[in-house]
Amino acid sequence: MAERPEDLNLPNAVITRIIKEALPEGVNVSKEARRAISQAASVFVLYATSCANSFAMKAKRKTLNAGDVMAAMEEMEFERFLPPLREALEAYKKGQKGKKEASEQKRKDKEKKNGTENDKSREEEDDEEEHMEDELDADNEGEEEDVEN
Amino acid sequence: MSRVKLIMKSSPDVSCINQDALFLTTKATELFVQHLALSSYNKGSGKQKNTLSYSDLADAAEETETFQFLTDILPKKILARDYLKSLEEMEEVDDN
Repeated sequence: MAERPEDLNLPNAVITRIIKEALPEGVNVSKEARRAISQAASVFVLYATSCANSFAMKAKRKTLNAGDVMAAMEEMEFERFLPPLREALEAYKKGQKGKKEASEQKRKDKEKKNGTENDKSREEEDDEEEHMEDELDADNEGEEEDVEN
Repeated sequence: MSRVKLIMKSSPDVSCINQDALFLTTKATELFVQHLALSSYNKGSGKQKNTLSYSDLADAAEETETFQFLTDILPKKILARDYLKSLEEMEEVDDN
Protein backbone atom coordinates (compact mmCIF):
# COMPACT_ATOMS: atom_id res chain seq x y z
CA MET A 1 0.00 0.00 0.00
CA ALA A 2 1.26 3.46 -0.81
CA GLU A 3 2.31 5.52 2.17
CA ARG A 4 0.58 8.85 2.20
CA PRO A 5 2.74 11.78 3.18
CA GLU A 6 0.02 13.13 5.48
CA ASP A 7 0.04 9.95 7.53
CA LEU A 8 -3.59 9.41 8.42
CA ASN A 9 -2.51 6.87 10.97
CA LEU A 10 -2.76 7.39 14.68
CA PRO A 11 0.45 8.10 16.58
CA ASN A 12 2.55 4.98 16.79
CA ALA A 13 3.38 5.41 20.45
CA VAL A 14 -0.29 5.48 21.40
CA ILE A 15 -1.08 2.35 19.41
CA THR A 16 1.84 0.52 20.98
CA ARG A 17 0.74 1.51 24.45
CA ILE A 18 -2.81 0.30 23.92
CA ILE A 19 -1.64 -3.01 22.50
CA LYS A 20 0.72 -3.54 25.42
CA GLU A 21 -2.11 -2.83 27.83
CA ALA A 22 -4.39 -5.29 26.11
CA LEU A 23 -2.02 -8.21 25.83
CA PRO A 24 -0.64 -10.21 28.72
CA GLU A 25 2.77 -9.33 30.11
CA GLY A 26 5.80 -10.16 28.05
CA VAL A 27 4.04 -10.75 24.75
CA ASN A 28 5.86 -9.34 21.76
CA VAL A 29 4.27 -7.65 18.83
CA SER A 30 5.87 -7.70 15.42
CA LYS A 31 6.42 -4.41 13.64
CA GLU A 32 4.16 -5.57 10.85
CA ALA A 33 1.40 -6.43 13.25
CA ARG A 34 1.71 -3.03 14.90
CA ARG A 35 1.52 -1.21 11.58
CA ALA A 36 -1.44 -3.37 10.58
CA ILE A 37 -3.28 -2.55 13.80
CA SER A 38 -2.59 1.13 13.26
CA GLN A 39 -4.09 0.96 9.79
CA ALA A 40 -7.02 -1.06 11.08
CA ALA A 41 -7.65 1.65 13.65
CA SER A 42 -7.71 4.35 10.97
CA VAL A 43 -10.14 2.30 8.91
CA PHE A 44 -12.23 1.85 12.02
CA VAL A 45 -12.45 5.61 12.50
CA LEU A 46 -13.50 6.11 8.89
CA TYR A 47 -16.07 3.34 9.04
CA ALA A 48 -17.47 4.58 12.36
CA THR A 49 -17.56 8.16 11.12
CA SER A 50 -19.40 7.30 7.94
CA CYS A 51 -21.83 5.12 9.86
CA ALA A 52 -22.46 7.85 12.45
CA ASN A 53 -22.83 10.36 9.66
CA SER A 54 -25.64 8.38 8.06
CA PHE A 55 -27.52 8.52 11.36
CA ALA A 56 -27.02 12.27 11.54
CA MET A 57 -28.19 12.72 7.97
CA LYS A 58 -31.28 10.63 8.68
CA ALA A 59 -32.05 13.05 11.50
CA LYS A 60 -31.39 15.92 9.06
CA ARG A 61 -28.48 17.20 11.12
CA LYS A 62 -25.19 18.43 9.78
CA THR A 63 -23.25 17.88 12.97
CA LEU A 64 -22.23 14.47 14.22
CA ASN A 65 -23.09 14.08 17.85
CA ALA A 66 -22.40 11.55 20.58
CA GLY A 67 -25.67 9.70 19.97
CA ASP A 68 -24.75 9.13 16.34
CA VAL A 69 -21.45 7.58 17.34
CA MET A 70 -23.15 5.27 19.84
CA ALA A 71 -25.67 4.22 17.22
CA ALA A 72 -22.81 3.55 14.81
CA MET A 73 -21.16 1.22 17.33
CA GLU A 74 -24.34 -0.80 17.59
CA GLU A 75 -24.65 -0.90 13.84
CA MET A 76 -21.09 -2.15 13.50
CA GLU A 77 -21.82 -4.86 16.07
CA PHE A 78 -19.55 -3.36 18.69
CA GLU A 79 -22.25 -3.21 21.35
CA ARG A 80 -19.73 -4.49 23.85
CA PHE A 81 -18.15 -1.03 23.66
CA LEU A 82 -21.31 0.80 24.65
CA PRO A 83 -21.17 0.55 28.48
CA PRO A 84 -17.49 1.61 28.79
CA LEU A 85 -18.12 4.36 26.24
CA ARG A 86 -21.06 5.72 28.21
CA GLU A 87 -19.00 5.77 31.39
CA ALA A 88 -16.09 7.46 29.66
CA LEU A 89 -18.41 10.06 28.15
CA GLU A 90 -19.88 10.90 31.57
CA ALA A 91 -16.43 11.36 33.06
CA TYR A 92 -15.36 13.43 30.07
CA LYS A 93 -18.38 15.71 30.26
CA LYS A 94 -17.77 16.28 33.95
CA GLY A 95 -14.18 17.14 33.19
CA GLN A 96 -15.28 19.55 30.50
CA LYS A 97 -17.75 21.18 32.86
CA GLY A 98 -14.94 21.65 35.34
CA LYS A 99 -12.82 23.28 32.67
CA LYS A 100 -15.64 25.54 31.59
CA GLU A 101 -16.25 26.62 35.13
CA ALA A 102 -12.57 27.31 35.55
CA SER A 103 -12.42 29.49 32.48
CA GLU A 104 -15.65 31.21 33.42
CA GLN A 105 -14.06 31.96 36.75
CA LYS A 106 -11.07 33.40 34.93
CA ARG A 107 -13.35 35.57 32.85
CA LYS A 108 -15.05 36.89 35.96
CA ASP A 109 -11.70 37.64 37.52
CA LYS A 110 -10.64 39.44 34.38
CA GLU A 111 -13.73 41.59 34.45
CA LYS A 112 -13.00 42.50 38.03
CA LYS A 113 -9.44 43.47 37.14
CA ASN A 114 -10.49 45.62 34.24
CA GLY A 115 -13.02 47.34 36.46
CA THR A 116 -10.49 48.53 39.05
CA GLU A 117 -7.88 51.14 38.15
CA ASN A 118 -4.33 49.93 38.40
CA ASP A 119 -0.92 51.03 37.18
CA LYS A 120 -1.30 51.34 33.47
CA SER A 121 2.00 49.57 32.82
CA ARG A 122 0.98 46.65 34.99
CA GLU A 123 -2.35 46.47 33.22
CA GLU A 124 -0.64 46.28 29.88
CA GLU A 125 1.48 43.39 31.02
CA ASP A 126 -1.52 41.61 32.41
CA ASP A 127 -3.40 42.24 29.21
CA GLU A 128 -0.64 40.59 27.22
CA GLU A 129 -0.76 37.50 29.39
CA GLU A 130 -4.50 37.41 29.19
CA HIS A 131 -4.38 37.66 25.43
CA MET A 132 -2.28 34.53 25.31
CA GLU A 133 -4.70 32.73 27.59
CA ASP A 134 -7.55 33.96 25.43
CA GLU A 135 -6.08 32.24 22.43
CA LEU A 136 -5.72 29.00 24.31
CA ASP A 137 -9.20 29.20 25.72
CA ALA A 138 -10.74 30.30 22.45
CA ASP A 139 -12.23 26.87 21.84
CA ASN A 140 -13.74 26.65 25.30
CA GLU A 141 -15.12 30.14 25.05
CA GLY A 142 -16.72 29.31 21.75
CA GLU A 143 -18.51 26.43 23.43
CA GLU A 144 -19.51 28.59 26.32
CA GLU A 145 -21.31 30.98 24.05
CA ASP A 146 -23.33 28.14 22.63
CA VAL A 147 -24.37 27.02 26.06
CA GLU A 148 -25.41 30.52 27.08
CA ASN A 149 -27.54 30.87 24.00
CA MET B 1 -7.26 13.04 19.60
CA SER B 2 -6.45 15.59 16.91
CA ARG B 3 -5.26 12.82 14.60
CA VAL B 4 -8.67 11.16 14.98
CA LYS B 5 -10.30 14.47 14.10
CA LEU B 6 -8.15 14.65 11.00
CA ILE B 7 -9.24 11.22 9.85
CA MET B 8 -12.89 11.96 10.57
CA LYS B 9 -12.77 15.15 8.58
CA SER B 10 -11.26 13.34 5.62
CA SER B 11 -14.53 11.48 5.30
CA PRO B 12 -16.73 12.92 2.57
CA ASP B 13 -20.12 14.38 3.52
CA VAL B 14 -19.05 15.08 7.07
CA SER B 15 -19.28 18.80 7.82
CA CYS B 16 -19.14 19.27 11.58
CA ILE B 17 -18.25 17.04 14.47
CA ASN B 18 -19.46 17.61 17.99
CA GLN B 19 -16.74 17.59 20.66
CA ASP B 20 -18.41 14.71 22.52
CA ALA B 21 -18.65 12.71 19.32
CA LEU B 22 -14.93 13.21 18.73
CA PHE B 23 -14.13 12.02 22.22
CA LEU B 24 -16.35 8.96 21.86
CA THR B 25 -14.79 8.01 18.56
CA THR B 26 -11.32 8.31 20.01
CA LYS B 27 -12.27 6.19 23.00
CA ALA B 28 -14.02 3.65 20.79
CA THR B 29 -10.90 3.38 18.66
CA GLU B 30 -8.84 2.65 21.77
CA LEU B 31 -11.28 -0.08 22.74
CA PHE B 32 -11.17 -1.39 19.21
CA VAL B 33 -7.38 -1.63 19.16
CA GLN B 34 -7.45 -3.52 22.45
CA HIS B 35 -10.18 -5.82 21.22
CA LEU B 36 -8.41 -6.50 17.94
CA ALA B 37 -5.06 -7.15 19.57
CA LEU B 38 -6.45 -9.45 22.22
CA SER B 39 -8.78 -11.43 19.95
CA SER B 40 -6.11 -11.94 17.34
CA TYR B 41 -3.65 -13.05 19.94
CA ASN B 42 -6.04 -15.49 21.60
CA LYS B 43 -7.18 -16.96 18.33
CA GLY B 44 -3.84 -17.13 16.68
CA SER B 45 -0.94 -19.45 16.92
CA GLY B 46 1.06 -16.53 18.24
CA LYS B 47 0.31 -17.77 21.71
CA GLN B 48 2.85 -20.51 21.36
CA LYS B 49 5.50 -18.17 20.10
CA ASN B 50 4.50 -15.51 22.59
CA THR B 51 4.34 -13.02 19.75
CA LEU B 52 1.50 -11.32 17.98
CA SER B 53 2.23 -11.50 14.28
CA TYR B 54 0.63 -10.09 11.16
CA SER B 55 -0.93 -13.41 10.22
CA ASP B 56 -2.74 -13.56 13.55
CA LEU B 57 -4.42 -10.31 12.62
CA ALA B 58 -5.24 -11.39 9.09
CA ASP B 59 -6.76 -14.59 10.43
CA ALA B 60 -8.88 -12.70 12.91
CA ALA B 61 -10.08 -10.34 10.17
CA GLU B 62 -11.25 -13.22 8.08
CA GLU B 63 -12.73 -15.40 10.78
CA THR B 64 -14.40 -12.92 13.09
CA GLU B 65 -17.61 -11.37 11.88
CA THR B 66 -17.08 -8.00 13.52
CA PHE B 67 -13.68 -7.65 11.87
CA GLN B 68 -14.88 -8.45 8.40
CA PHE B 69 -14.52 -4.84 7.32
CA LEU B 70 -10.78 -5.24 7.77
CA THR B 71 -10.29 -8.02 5.26
CA ASP B 72 -9.41 -5.58 2.51
CA ILE B 73 -6.61 -3.92 4.40
CA LEU B 74 -5.40 -7.04 6.18
CA PRO B 75 -5.20 -9.52 3.35
CA LYS B 76 -3.76 -12.88 4.13
CA LYS B 77 -0.38 -13.34 2.71
CA ILE B 78 -0.12 -16.17 0.32
CA LEU B 79 2.86 -17.55 -1.46
CA ALA B 80 3.20 -16.34 -5.02
CA ARG B 81 3.09 -19.84 -6.39
CA ASP B 82 -0.15 -20.61 -4.57
CA TYR B 83 -1.63 -17.46 -6.05
CA LEU B 84 -0.54 -18.43 -9.55
CA LYS B 85 -1.96 -21.89 -9.00
CA SER B 86 -5.34 -20.53 -8.00
CA LEU B 87 -5.28 -18.24 -11.04
CA GLU B 88 -4.70 -21.22 -13.28
CA GLU B 89 -7.48 -23.11 -11.63
CA MET B 90 -9.84 -20.20 -12.21
CA GLU B 91 -8.89 -20.09 -15.88
CA GLU B 92 -9.56 -23.78 -16.23
CA VAL B 93 -13.03 -23.29 -14.84
CA ASP B 94 -13.63 -20.48 -17.31
CA ASP B 95 -12.50 -22.60 -20.20
CA ASN B 96 -15.01 -25.25 -19.24
